[in-house]
Amino acid sequence: MNVGRAFDHARPMTVALAVLLITLATALALVFPALTGRVVDQANVIPAQTRSALETKLADLEEKSGIQLVVATVSSLEGQEIEPYANELFRNWKLGERTKNNGVLLLVAPNEHRVRIEVGYGLEGTLTDALSKVIIVNAITPRFKAGDFAGGITRGIDDIITVLTTDPSEWEQRPSLRLDQQGANDPVGYVIIVLLISLAGLLIISRRFRYFFFNIAVPILLSSGSSGRGASGGSFSGGGFAGRGGSSGGGGASGSW
Amino acid sequence: MARSMSRLRTLLAAVLLGLTVSACGYNTIPTLEEQAKARWADVQNNYQRRADLIPNLVATVQGYAKQEKDVLTAVVEARAKATQVKVDVSQLDDPEKLKQFQDAQNQLSGALGRLLAVSENYPDLKSNQNFLALQSQLEGTENRIAVARRDYIDTVRAYNTELKTFPGVLWAATFFRANKPMAEFTATDNAQTPPQVKF
Repeated sequence: MNVGRAFDHARPMTVALAVLLITLATALALVFPALTGRVVDQANVIPAQTRSALETKLADLEEKSGIQLVVATVSSLEGQEIEPYANELFRNWKLGERTKNNGVLLLVAPNEHRVRIEVGYGLEGTLTDALSKVIIVNAITPRFKAGDFAGGITRGIDDIITVLTTDPSEWEQRPSLRLDQQGANDPVGYVIIVLLISLAGLLIISRRFRYFFFNIAVPILLSSGSSGRGASGGSFSGGGFAGRGGSSGGGGASGSW
Repeated sequence: MARSMSRLRTLLAAVLLGLTVSACGYNTIPTLEEQAKARWADVQNNYQRRADLIPNLVATVQGYAKQEKDVLTAVVEARAKATQVKVDVSQLDDPEKLKQFQDAQNQLSGALGRLLAVSENYPDLKSNQNFLALQSQLEGTENRIAVARRDYIDTVRAYNTELKTFPGVLWAATFFRANKPMAEFTATDNAQTPPQVKF
């Protein structure tokens, strides 16, 4: 009931410790497979041939549209429902561009007989919940039921790509957003440079300031430190594949067979 | 000349003080506060999205299952009640208000659950394309609600911790005395269990 009062009485250290433990517990709760490529086949249900065909299609899609579509099969959902698992996996991998959140994850859990299409924020309007459901029900689960994982995934991916690439307004906006807007000339950078120069000037001019800076300001800064919040998006490096900072808010649909 | 020099020094000292202060986490409390408020807006938007789906759903079910009047009216009434309870971002530190919101939404969840359970008895309705689409949208929205709630709880937890731990506690005691801990709610939205405010 009295959350506020409970907080006032609780000792800050106890609260901090509790929060730390909770954070650790949730962090340890899920171990995700590494994002090794566009097809992460942890459950080992995709034959090599299908896999390379899928990878070509997915790379092609990203090349053309910037959309990061990833297929993942997991051997276990670790006791979770597929929805929170898919959402956390999506955020862990940061699929899609950070500014556009244009990622899609097709997650298959063969042992739990569950499948989910998790859609990033930016594509919710194109690949809607209802369309995701239709793809799952019509293209994916009937094949999974027959044990044909490769066929179900391939058809599902084909349908998803069709849906994603038939919206012309999406297409037109893409090239402009691919390369620019990488913070080339932001005013903050100049301000910091000016401040650093004036700091150096002060250090040279004033002895008293030197004393203050090295004996008081620096130790304070070093001891408290600024807590770095907010993760930066991943980026491509040397032909490898990585998410680019996108996020998802639970859009998409799930199904079972 | 000497005076302008000392004025310059004062200015630079002020700038440096500003930098030091921000490095010590002065910005953290307002930043986290804004994040929590934004996450709350997401929560409320997703509940609103669910409420927006309901008239269409009720109309579709009505076409096939007129005799289920009780269940249908319960949903309509619960929806009306739920859309009335709004929590402004300035009221987030009031657990009572949040509980009201949660109770109203839980009631709607319960009524919706009964409606969907009843729908199982009508094969024609179950195979209606419109109903299937609505059902998947509703599922998607429930999932978004769950995600938005989880995000809100996470940010509120970070904010509340910042208010109670070093160095945030110093700022909370001086510049941000008006900032109070925000209320959380239960992580899983379950209509069966009585709602409780979890700390």
